[in-house]
Amino acid sequence: MDYSLKYFQYNEHSILIEWPAIIDENILKSILNFKNSIQKKYIKQKVEVINSYNSILIIYNFTIDSVNDKFLELKSLYEAQKSILDFQSSIWEIPVCYNRKFGEDLDGFSKEKGLEIPELIKLHSEQIYTVFFIGFLPGFLYLGGLYNKLHLDRKATPNLNVKKGSVAIGGQQTGIYPQDSPGGWHIIGRTPIELFNANVNPPCFIESGDKIKFKPIDKSEYIDINERITKSSFQLKPVKKNV
Amino acid sequence: MFKVLKSGFYSTIQDNGRFGYRKYGVPISGAMDLYSSQFANALLGNKNDAAVLEMTMLGGAFQFSKPSLIAISGAYMNPKLNEKVIRQNTVFKVKTSDILRFGQVTKGFRTYMAVKGGLKSDFVLESRSQYSPITKFRSISKGDILNYNDYDNEFIESNVSVKYNASILSDKTLEVYTGAEFNLLSNNQKELLLNMELRVSKQNNRMAYQLEPLFSNAFAPMITSPVLPGTVQLTPKGNLIVLMRDCQTTGGYPRVLQLTERAINILSQKTTGNTLKIRLKDR
Repeated sequence: MDYSLKYFQYNEHSILIEWPAIIDENILKSILNFKNSIQKKYIKQKVEVINSYNSILIIYNFTIDSVNDKFLELKSLYEAQKSILDFQSSIWEIPVCYNRKFGEDLDGFSKEKGLEIPELIKLHSEQIYTVFFIGFLPGFLYLGGLYNKLHLDRKATPNLNVKKGSVAIGGQQTGIYPQDSPGGWHIIGRTPIELFNANVNPPCFIESGDKIKFKPIDKSEYIDINERITKSSFQLKPVKKNV
Repeated sequence: MFKVLKSGFYSTIQDNGRFGYRKYGVPISGAMDLYSSQFANALLGNKNDAAVLEMTMLGGAFQFSKPSLIAISGAYMNPKLNEKVIRQNTVFKVKTSDILRFGQVTKGFRTYMAVKGGLKSDFVLESRSQYSPITKFRSISKGDILNYNDYDNEFIESNVSVKYNASILSDKTLEVYTGAEFNLLSNNQKELLLNMELRVSKQNNRMAYQLEPLFSNAFAPMITSPVLPGTVQLTPKGNLIVLMRDCQTTGGYPRVLQLTERAINILSQKTTGNTLKIRLKDR
């Protein structure tokens, strides 16, 4: 797909490139493809390239002399790569224990939506979600693909201490809290998997463009995986790698 | 090394921050006023990303156990070495058991103390900048021991030719670029925003500075998008929020303005109640 992009100088050393402001898988593909080409082009320089739903931000570690030259360079790069699909992504299966102990809002959620808990778990775990990008907190995944049936406005009063690994629903989104933090989403379960670890590099094994699926596990499996993670003898492997 | 006898109000170890980890949601962090931290490093002949101590509002007290060279830049906190007043923006020698004390800030808000060769705390994701939970501790505490390499040679004064530009502390004008959503504003709103007298609210820290008064608008929250230090967000309630070095990597409020790097440094030296003007910079 060919999009008409907007190029904008964000500050002395950054350029913002925008696609239409909608959440859409095809836009994400176009973004990731372009992002990949930009990263390849600048491989020898210290440049950060990050993306969100509909934009790429390029952060150079130097002041941009001529922004028009940079725009031209980027535009011709976009034209050269737009018809070639070239990025890698993985599918991850994240084990989640959906129970009342870990999912303190399971009952409330089921009541509010008129869905039995097993049905709710089935709907939440059968879908394949797309990782649009990581932001908000270190390791927080912005996931697309939550069934309409599971949309529910955030809680009126946020929970002051949501536990790390909590799997939750807020509005039209589902997500995993990568660390203990306050939060207003409805908590329906918990994963023993660590989404973010600052002491390994890269700190997060999931990347923008990857897919994830939640796999229901029971409490004993949760405890088992959790213990293996503590002993560093557990490594989540992608279910599939798309090239 | 030196021992922290008093930590001060809020003191952290900072370098130029974490470059390359924003794609995982990691804030850049780094010294709030990079001009002053890099100036202190330059005086000592350090690399500009050597780790320094950033002190906020009220400085600490430190006892050295190895000789070294020190430079202090940024806000003025009345530094005294062994109870004798010393000058900022110059290099001086410290000896074993010397005590360096800082007091309450009288000009600016953040002071930087650099040590020859830089502070040697652990790297996390290629940076020493403290930011919890990336680093275990969010700031330094009384009793902490900070490491540096000892240095017992004389300092060659000729290394120092630049003069500290104290306008970083006194300037009240923030130069800005238009933000990605600036054009959502009507012409009247643009005019109003660019000519407003702004005040730093009580909500000001390493993550963000909120500016007063409220700026009424009818914007809806927008699609979550990238933000950087210096991005000025406008909330539906009318809060103008200037994101600073520890800010999140993405945000969902319209980005009406973007501070220049120099303006971020200037704002970092401001505190509650300080007034500011903004001036649009040509691209």
